[in-house]
Amino acid sequence: MHPVLATILKRIGLGVLTLFVVSVIIFSAVNMLPGDFGEAVLGQAATEETVAAFRRELGLDQHPVMRYVQWVGGVLQGDLGTSFSGRAASGVDRSRAVVDLVLPRLNNTLFLAAMTAIIAVPLALFLGITAALWRNSFYDKSASALTLTTISFPEFFVAYILILLLGTLYPMFPSLATVQPDMGLGERIYTAVLPALTLTLVIVAHMMRMTRAAIINLLASDYIEMARLKGESPRQVILRHALPNAWAPIATVIAFNLAYLVVGVVVVEVVFVYPGVGQLMVDAVSSRDIPVVQACALFFAATYIILNLIADVIGIVTNPRLLHPR
Amino acid sequence: MSKDILLDVKGLKIEGYSDEKWNPIIKGVDLQLRKGEVLGLIGESGAGKSTLGLAAMGFVRAGCRITAGSAMFDGLDLVTAPESQKRALWGTHLTYVAQSAAASFNPAHKLIDQTIGATVRDGIQPRADAERDAVKLYDSLMLPNPETIGDRYPHQVSGGQLQRVMTAMAMSSRPKLIVFDEPTTALDVTTQVEVLLAMRKAVREHGAAAIYITHDLAVVAQMANRIKVLRYGEEVEEAETREMLSNPQQDYTKSLWSVRALHKEPEQSEDIVLSVNNVDAAYGKVKVLHDVSIALPRGKTVAIVGESGSGKSTTARVMTGLLPPSKGSVTFNSETLPNALAGRTKDQLRRIQMIYQMADTAMNPRQTVGEIIGRPLEFYHGLRGRAQDDKVVELLHDIELSEEFIDRLPSELSGGQKQRICIARALAAEPEVIICDEVTSALDQIVQEGILKLLLKLQKEKGLSYFFITHDIAVVEAISDEIVVMNQGQVVEQGLKTQVLNPPFPDYTELLLSSVPEMDPDWLTDLAQKRGMAGAT
Repeated sequence: MHPVLATILKRIGLGVLTLFVVSVIIFSAVNMLPGDFGEAVLGQAATEETVAAFRRELGLDQHPVMRYVQWVGGVLQGDLGTSFSGRAASGVDRSRAVVDLVLPRLNNTLFLAAMTAIIAVPLALFLGITAALWRNSFYDKSASALTLTTISFPEFFVAYILILLLGTLYPMFPSLATVQPDMGLGERIYTAVLPALTLTLVIVAHMMRMTRAAIINLLASDYIEMARLKGESPRQVILRHALPNAWAPIATVIAFNLAYLVVGVVVVEVVFVYPGVGQLMVDAVSSRDIPVVQACALFFAATYIILNLIADVIGIVTNPRLLHPR
Repeated sequence: MSKDILLDVKGLKIEGYSDEKWNPIIKGVDLQLRKGEVLGLIGESGAGKSTLGLAAMGFVRAGCRITAGSAMFDGLDLVTAPESQKRALWGTHLTYVAQSAAASFNPAHKLIDQTIGATVRDGIQPRADAERDAVKLYDSLMLPNPETIGDRYPHQVSGGQLQRVMTAMAMSSRPKLIVFDEPTTALDVTTQVEVLLAMRKAVREHGAAAIYITHDLAVVAQMANRIKVLRYGEEVEEAETREMLSNPQQDYTKSLWSVRALHKEPEQSEDIVLSVNNVDAAYGKVKVLHDVSIALPRGKTVAIVGESGSGKSTTARVMTGLLPPSKGSVTFNSETLPNALAGRTKDQLRRIQMIYQMADTAMNPRQTVGEIIGRPLEFYHGLRGRAQDDKVVELLHDIELSEEFIDRLPSELSGGQKQRICIARALAAEPEVIICDEVTSALDQIVQEGILKLLLKLQKEKGLSYFFITHDIAVVEAISDEIVVMNQGQVVEQGLKTQVLNPPFPDYTELLLSSVPEMDPDWLTDLAQKRGMAGAT
């Protein structure tokens, strides 16, 4: 087997292991949340027996290890459990499967992340590469200053400025980005423009500056001087000689920012009333809806692990020392 | 005559920016090169040879600028021509072979693509023809598997092979001028011979003119028709190679082989101060020393010679306890030392000191000379305050530096002065044995000579024993009593210098010794004939 394949398989194995450890941490953390769902739903007035019966019905009376095993066993079979909410003391059960709750939100979150990434990643790479090409020029300095400005503002501020500019003063896009399941693709995109734009402004600076730095770092190398002495134009020097050696650090920072797009955007979701996973999780925490909290946390962890895994793999396959061992 | 001239540099001045001002690097140099001629540029570090060599291509490094003069190449003044016009020449008519092949190849691309890149880009040959031609070049440069070596990446071939691939790269477009910038300095002597032969053959066959930059007169004597000596950015003298070697006009030129003039009469002694006995040692699973036994007589110098990777430095690490051996022992004054550093007493540590190749990195840049030398005085002898300062001054006098140096930082010292401070630091411990690991390799000839003389003087005064690691036979001749030849982690030969350096030799010693370039323009040719190698003529 090719050693790179072995390394990648090993990384995937480690990723799965990490996910397992994280699941234990999530489960323990959620169990340590103060308060009790039974009391939260039934209210202070409920008698002890009612609460106990309610807890039994939800399975909360079992030993935590048993509950963990049941939960993980369910997850492995694609069953994330049943939401606690929708149950009431009256005994009416309108609860829904966690999957049905989370899946549409997940779609929305991934849609917004993908839309932002499609704008932000090529933009950041383009800005970073051109800034490296014309380093210390007016263009380079303005690009740096501009992206730094946007990253320096809190994201809700950027969001409100965009709403003010593009939603109110020059109304081009809707200020409320409440996408609906029955919307077509075009309408979805149109609705989500402002949050996507906000997130783009927030993440471009980091990726752009890292791309620029990764390339400029290499420009002092002997092989870059050699390339120039072979008569390569500045553009060829950057694209053909520096960039192929700079992918590993660039991929890492892109993965980091993409992960942020999935797991860190709750503020932007709130501002634009965008129905994503972030909001769902915040709501679930405040209502002690344990199965939903766990599902969201697990999803976030998996996102981080998968994206970093991809960045690692890119780092490996773009390094000829690893791809073509002696 | 003038039609013959390929490159005509006149009154060239170059400045470099450092310490917030422009400092002259090249102070008005003329240089003429005829078609097909090889000019050797020789000088010590800081002489401006690389800067001049690059300027001959019209290339100026970042932080440098040309302030005066012209460089006419084929009717074009490279000094005033715009970059785009020069780029059309670079890589095709003007090519460059760099010192460090390993760093000068792009790790991301295959060798063949880098070899023919410029040739194909500028349409000198179509890709398929260029590839076939590159295979021929690889073959004539005596590279193994010329058909397939181009499909490899730089990290997959050795340094000596890379250097030859780079020569092929420089030849691919059939340039009019090639600049070789110290192309063999990073190679072992045995590899150097092969690369020199291959380069000379390639240049002669294709009739390219070349500028060959080096600090080693013996090397340039094999390659160049004419030699120009540079110092502090100015020409010292220029002459035909044979004339330069037989009849140098300037004292400075003679000093370029000053170390070769040093010679020490070897003395024998049976009084052994330090020995390693049947030592095996390994880095992780990689075993690097195999049953090594070496004895160091008291008050004498044992030189260890061998190529890189032969286990010289590893042996030193075993002696100092930095690398505990997996088998065997280290004996000091007929007492077995604990294998590991941590097990040795302060007094045992004090008696064995080390000096390193890179004086720069062996000193804390934020400590003054007084602190650097004072620390072992305090650590081993408990000297503080006034007593410590007095001793530091005494040690400074020992290494022939005045007491003003006590407050200076390493960055304010020259390379030779730094190495002297390192010697003083070792002396401060009052050791019996000093291990010198390539201590002169990074220094210029005159400075080397000074350091070697100082070490000899100190040995006489203080009865020191030196364990001297080097790859330079001239240094061995200058300082050693005994020689140990190492190859692939084993001792090939050990004995008195006069015995080891006199025939008959074991095969490896013969190979090593005969590969050391000599001050004879015919040396390489003769050697190649003797060894039956290609490219003898």
